[in-house]
Amino acid sequence: MITFDNVSLTYPNGHQGLKNINLEIPKGEFVVVVGLSGAGKSTLIRSINQMVRPTEGRLLIEEEDSLAMNTKNLRLLRRDIGMIFQNYNLVKRSSVLRNVLSGRLGYTSTLKSILNLFSKEDLQYAMECLDRVGIQDKAYQRADTLSGGQQQRVSIARALSQKPKAILADEPVASLDPPTAHAVMQDLQQINKEDQITMVINLHAIDLSMEYADRIIGLRDGEMVFDGKASEVTEQTFEDIYGRAIKEDDLIGEAESE
Amino acid sequence: MTDLNKNTNRIPVLPSKTKKTTTLVFAVVLLLYTMSVIQTEAYPHQIITNIPIVVDFFIDDMLPPNPSYFADSFFALLETWNIALLSTTLSALFCLPIAFVAAGNINRNWALYHTTRFSLNVLRTIPDIIWAVLFVAFVGLGALSGVLALFFFSLGIIVKLVSETIEAIDPGPQEAIRAAGGNLLQVIWFGAIPQILPQFASYTLYVLEINVRASIVLGFVGAGGIGQLLERQISVFNYGNISMVILVTFVAVTIIDTVSTSIRKRLV
Amino acid sequence: MANQSKQYNLKNPKGKTYWLKFSVICAILVILYTVAFLFTDLTYRGSGASTGEMIRRMFFDPFFDPVHRENIPENIGYMFETLAIAFAGTLVGAILGIPVGFLAAQNVTGSFSFFGKSILNAIRAFPEIMFAIIFVAAVGFGPYAGVLAISINSIGMLGKLYSEVVESIDMEIVQTLKMTGANKIQVLWYGILPQVIPEFSSYALYRFEIDVRASSILGLVGAGGIGAPLILASQQRNWEEVGVILMIVIVTVTIIDLISTNIRKRIV
Repeated sequence: MITFDNVSLTYPNGHQGLKNINLEIPKGEFVVVVGLSGAGKSTLIRSINQMVRPTEGRLLIEEEDSLAMNTKNLRLLRRDIGMIFQNYNLVKRSSVLRNVLSGRLGYTSTLKSILNLFSKEDLQYAMECLDRVGIQDKAYQRADTLSGGQQQRVSIARALSQKPKAILADEPVASLDPPTAHAVMQDLQQINKEDQITMVINLHAIDLSMEYADRIIGLRDGEMVFDGKASEVTEQTFEDIYGRAIKEDDLIGEAESE
Repeated sequence: MTDLNKNTNRIPVLPSKTKKTTTLVFAVVLLLYTMSVIQTEAYPHQIITNIPIVVDFFIDDMLPPNPSYFADSFFALLETWNIALLSTTLSALFCLPIAFVAAGNINRNWALYHTTRFSLNVLRTIPDIIWAVLFVAFVGLGALSGVLALFFFSLGIIVKLVSETIEAIDPGPQEAIRAAGGNLLQVIWFGAIPQILPQFASYTLYVLEINVRASIVLGFVGAGGIGQLLERQISVFNYGNISMVILVTFVAVTIIDTVSTSIRKRLV
Repeated sequence: MANQSKQYNLKNPKGKTYWLKFSVICAILVILYTVAFLFTDLTYRGSGASTGEMIRRMFFDPFFDPVHRENIPENIGYMFETLAIAFAGTLVGAILGIPVGFLAAQNVTGSFSFFGKSILNAIRAFPEIMFAIIFVAAVGFGPYAGVLAISINSIGMLGKLYSEVVESIDMEIVQTLKMTGANKIQVLWYGILPQVIPEFSSYALYRFEIDVRASSILGLVGAGGIGAPLILASQQRNWEEVGVILMIVIVTVTIIDLISTNIRKRIV
């Protein structure tokens, strides 16, 4: 359970990223955050694992205020939350397996990790995660030899290898073509259903949001302007959130194959 | 002339201010050059008239190199190479931690960052020969002073190059590892090091090339290597031996440069 | 669907070649370092005086000793000679480097550029101290030999950098000029030179920074400049005098670097 209690975030340059957010995300929910770019979607997601630090309010994760945590507890918190990025954020020159293993770093002592002494169980588990996203055969290839969709799957496997309670995804499919985007979203949906892992995902494509989300949260200028079930959402809702008419750019299109 | 006029229309004609600056620059350069020539007595016409003297000297006195001096030259050169290798190894080892402190994207501590940068600039300002004189004073004659001198000499160079590489890396992987609960060391080791490894290896080889050249001079102030041999032979004007030393050095430097360059090409 | 009991094959298919490469590299390194430690005498031969005392003798005592204070103006004079050697040498090298640079540029001389590149590579494989030895022997002691050594070495580096600049120029302008009927000299003057002059001068300035350092060692072999009093003082273990000279060199080099870097920033 993730609870935002009156959370605000002001950047050092004075820009207000979040304004008085109140939000509760129960375990296992598939939440999609929508809004125009600059509306604070990224800030909201990154607040959860404190990649950016809210300046006011309380942010409870499993009943504990994460803003009051010391560095060590914060690292333990981050270990329990997987994260997926728009640009995959893989070490391009390292092998796929090594990239997945970096998800195990929070469980590995500094010395062991620097000497590359991952346990046999860690290796097996990393392989299993790769298997779940269907690219186990690529384990020993260099990450940059993979296609965009495959690279994003590696980063999903990396998040999975953390055995997370929640996964945050910041525009995970924005760099992918429509069929691949749907495939990746389906992977995330499957993981959400099978493992009961909470998903908080930023999307800008309206049709993707409506198709995969349980719940949609709308942001505008750092304020929460919408919160409701995906089934209740219409295109009109998006026009309200965006403050403008829907354009073709806001849609990604159907999955052609898959 | 019509052609010329057409051409000048294609290329922007210099504004008068630029023209003034250019003239001024030329005047200053010319003035400094005149002063330098008077000071050094290296008059331009002499450079041309002296070419035959140099060539004659080279043919009469330097050739042929004395073959019996090969073994001595070779072992002295081996010491020079060893000094270069050991000092490069030392600076490469010390480079990594310092380079991260000197990289603005990793080290967010303003004071520490600028202190490190400043110290590195100071290191790079000091010429190799000065390091050699200093360490001969500190640890005495011999290869040890050479190794230490080149270590300090090359540390500034390699840290600057590597820290610039670090500042240019993709921050994504580090962000991902931080988000996965990695601590600072793990972020650096898994997120940054793999990205800079090829450049790091390449710069190490580059610094090795520089150190090989620098280590030749060290012997003149007693810091070991082939310079000692050269100095002795120069003082007795034995040009057959000198040219043997020069030949051996030339061949060795060429081989080292060629090998190093071809490895570096494959690395990056 | 995840299968908890499934065992994955953890063998890297490319592992064998990887380990082979790794072992070969390790073996080479082991040999190199064994040789390095066996053939290098790294014993400490210091006078037993602490480093702190040495630093005090070099960098503090001279200011309070009238004898060494008296020598300061003379040493500054040597530094000016060093600067003069560097300036004259760089300028000659910067100008003579232009034809060699064009000769070595692939887009100017085609396959003939190999010839120019070989000359430049050969020059660069000679450390400047070697040239200095040859020139001192040929034309006698003094700064004149130093200027010759510095200029020929500058040709080696600047010629290479120039040729890279020329190879990267925008050939479209050259083509356009050719179409307007310009002859070769006109193409050079209007099409190529304006493109390369800023980079050429920037590199020449950069080379001047290097040459100031290089000129400070020329005195070791009698080619003029501050190296001569430096080596004399260090052989006499006159650490106060050594300290004075070191400080003069470091301050001068720092000032030159600052000025030159500033000008270079404005040029490019």
